[in-house]
Amino acid sequence: MSALKIKKGSTSHSAYNLRPNFSDVIERHTLAVLVENEPGVLARVIGLFSGRGYNIDSLTVAEVDHTGHLSRITIVTSGTPQVIEQIKAQLGRIVPVHEVHDLTVEGPCVERELAMFKVNGTGDKRVEALRLADIFRANVVDSTLQTFVFEITGAPEKIDAFAELMRPLGLTDVARTGVAALSRGD
Amino acid sequence: MTRKMTGAKMIVQALIDQGVDTVFGYPGGAVLPIYDEVFQQNSIKHVLVRHEQGAVHAAEGYARSTGKPGVVLVTSGPGATNAVTGLTDALLDSIPLVVLTGQVPTFMIGSDAFQEADTVGITRPCTKHNWLVKETDKLAGVLHEAFHVATSGRPGPVLVDIPKDVQFASGQYEPKKPSISHYQPPLKGDMEAITELVAAMETAKRPVFYTGGGVINSGPAASQLLRELVEATGFPITSTLMGLGCYPASGDKWLGMLGMHGLYEANMAMHDCDLMINIGARFDDRITGVVDMFSPKSKKAHIDIDPSSINKIIRVDIPIVGDVGHVLEDLLRVWKSRGRKTNAEGVAKWWKKIDEWRSIDCLKFEQKGKIIKPQHALARLEALTKKYDRYICTEVGQHQMWAAQYLNFEDPNRWMTSGGLGTMGYGFPASIGVQMAHPDALVINVAGEASWLMNMQEMGTAMQYGLPVKQFILNNERLGMVRQWQELLHGERYSQSWSESLPDFVKLADAFGAKGILCSDPDDLDDAIMEMLTYDGPVIFDCLVEKHENCFPMIPSGKAHNDMMLAGVDTQGVIDAKGSVLV
Ligand SMILES: Cc1ncc(C[n+]2csc(CCOP(=O)(O)OP(=O)(O)O)c2C)c(N)n1
Ligand SMILES: [Mg+2]
Repeated sequence: MSALKIKKGSTSHSAYNLRPNFSDVIERHTLAVLVENEPGVLARVIGLFSGRGYNIDSLTVAEVDHTGHLSRITIVTSGTPQVIEQIKAQLGRIVPVHEVHDLTVEGPCVERELAMFKVNGTGDKRVEALRLADIFRANVVDSTLQTFVFEITGAPEKIDAFAELMRPLGLTDVARTGVAALSRGD
Repeated sequence: MTRKMTGAKMIVQALIDQGVDTVFGYPGGAVLPIYDEVFQQNSIKHVLVRHEQGAVHAAEGYARSTGKPGVVLVTSGPGATNAVTGLTDALLDSIPLVVLTGQVPTFMIGSDAFQEADTVGITRPCTKHNWLVKETDKLAGVLHEAFHVATSGRPGPVLVDIPKDVQFASGQYEPKKPSISHYQPPLKGDMEAITELVAAMETAKRPVFYTGGGVINSGPAASQLLRELVEATGFPITSTLMGLGCYPASGDKWLGMLGMHGLYEANMAMHDCDLMINIGARFDDRITGVVDMFSPKSKKAHIDIDPSSINKIIRVDIPIVGDVGHVLEDLLRVWKSRGRKTNAEGVAKWWKKIDEWRSIDCLKFEQKGKIIKPQHALARLEALTKKYDRYICTEVGQHQMWAAQYLNFEDPNRWMTSGGLGTMGYGFPASIGVQMAHPDALVINVAGEASWLMNMQEMGTAMQYGLPVKQFILNNERLGMVRQWQELLHGERYSQSWSESLPDFVKLADAFGAKGILCSDPDDLDDAIMEMLTYDGPVIFDCLVEKHENCFPMIPSGKAHNDMMLAGVDTQGVIDAKGSVLV
């Protein structure tokens, strides 16, 4: 598993790692779920969230180990600590799920998201869009005389901020990938 | 060593390799190749049910009474959709099943072909796991894995969907071998947590064992260890509906069932205990009542093989994830090695308190007059069948709760009832499955007339296979449990809860070639029951009982354990608006 930079089994047996007091505060957690890449596995994960009334703020998935046919699903979810523990335990119960990691409690992690923005404008607005893109380190990946398509990566908050700035400048379309995350260090 | 064979043959071969002796099923176009193989072998008995729901419940009865997985074979489309209720039932009660469904050929999937249904899609939320097998070479491996998943960890139903072309094509048969699957739920509990529990047991003044279906699922050894533990510690023990039989009802530490219709002493002990030891139960809402008021003064330990059961509903202090049998073995060893200590003085006082609660005699009833009380019918059934090698199934409703209260279970795997899903129509087919597994035993289905009608077509199955199942119907001509709730919650407006136009059950039995017995007089009851017991064949026993009897004790919705309704109370206005939204 070392190639995937995931510590083995650190949050399996979740019942032992419970924090003593459950509160009613809603927390946002980023979970990394390593699953066998078999048909229907994403439907199982999503069905679990909808069937049991849990929230999905963002979900990304791709095969990360082609020989072992393992996919990594990154889910950003929110709920009370008790609900978060329950989500992890329920995920762990799905037969093709190998590992469940709560990156939010396992130590510092980096979260990144990629987004593309189409901005339609002329004159000053067009210049301003380009200037802001530069500040945000967004790249122009397509342009016409009327439009730019910017590509930007960063933490979700940075992407939100960029979207806010682009809106008055002629933002017409947004595509976001959702969060990918890894723990820091080793 | 692998061998080449058709997919259909592989299925039969895999079942044989898995030690399957009985399959419950119903044929159709998409499983004809499999049925052709069933025809050409003698190792596996096939039971032709009359409805696929019946097949699944029969397999559940087989599984619960033997501890082995039940096996079902049905066709695509309607065959598969008819199996959905049974699958959900087995999922909620953690019953191991392997259900095989036919599917339209792979090249037609997605085309809305005749009898095509998205079976893996439909059954994904009601199975522990399911597979659609698109290559014959993979079929045997998936089938062996299916048995592994169904029976490991917390058991449950699995489904394998097999397109017809995969059944016809040839491939390599993989023999059964030790599972290399990554799915290997740990069996041993954490020793530190077990030691913490032992320490709590050594000092507890008011301990109680709260046991459930997990003890039964863990196997007979777990029940044996539990008995040893209870005798050694002298702690009182109660059990959920699912766990009846894990500790003998004749044992002096037995408090009876707990929960919504549980015994007064059991619920009071749960409420007032200082150490609750949950062994293989899941704090279901029928058990806890309103959770905010659940057992406020206790330290709680929870032994469960499924980590998601822990802290799902009730927060516990000592979680132990593991198989009940393995954990109890370690628990006993640690407790003995630390000198077999308990707080004898405290526990003796606790028993005094419990005896006070017991003296209320919450199950007492009076049989007077010319109408049979349902409790009396069950008390007589208990007395007259005690000595038999007996298995009891039930349907769902008041009769089910009375059966749990008035019949005594001495051993595990003797009690088959739909707990989690509460499926009317479960008991009759389940009794067929039990009788298939135990041909010489006495198998009784305690039924309500309404539930029984839901799968009455299985009379044909009972007759065809000569299964002498006894259908003991407590006929109150009411959807009794619904009527009781309407009395308690809806101002006695009995909306649609009358069982109208009932058949003449004696004539119905006759029509199938079975025996029908009608009993309405308490004085005839014993003779009638004896007639049922001595008849060598299926019997429908129509026992006309008091129509408006309520099932007590009862923890009304929205109330705590120590707020029970006992027999003879006023039934009006006891449940407030908040309680009435609960089911
Ligand atoms: C399939 C199904 N439909 C509806 C219900 C709701 N329900 C629970 S008990 C009950 C009445 C059962 O009547 P009967 O079988 O005669 O048993 P009784 O309560 O009269 O003993 C009903 C309708 C259910 N549990 N299952
Ligand atoms: Mg009835």
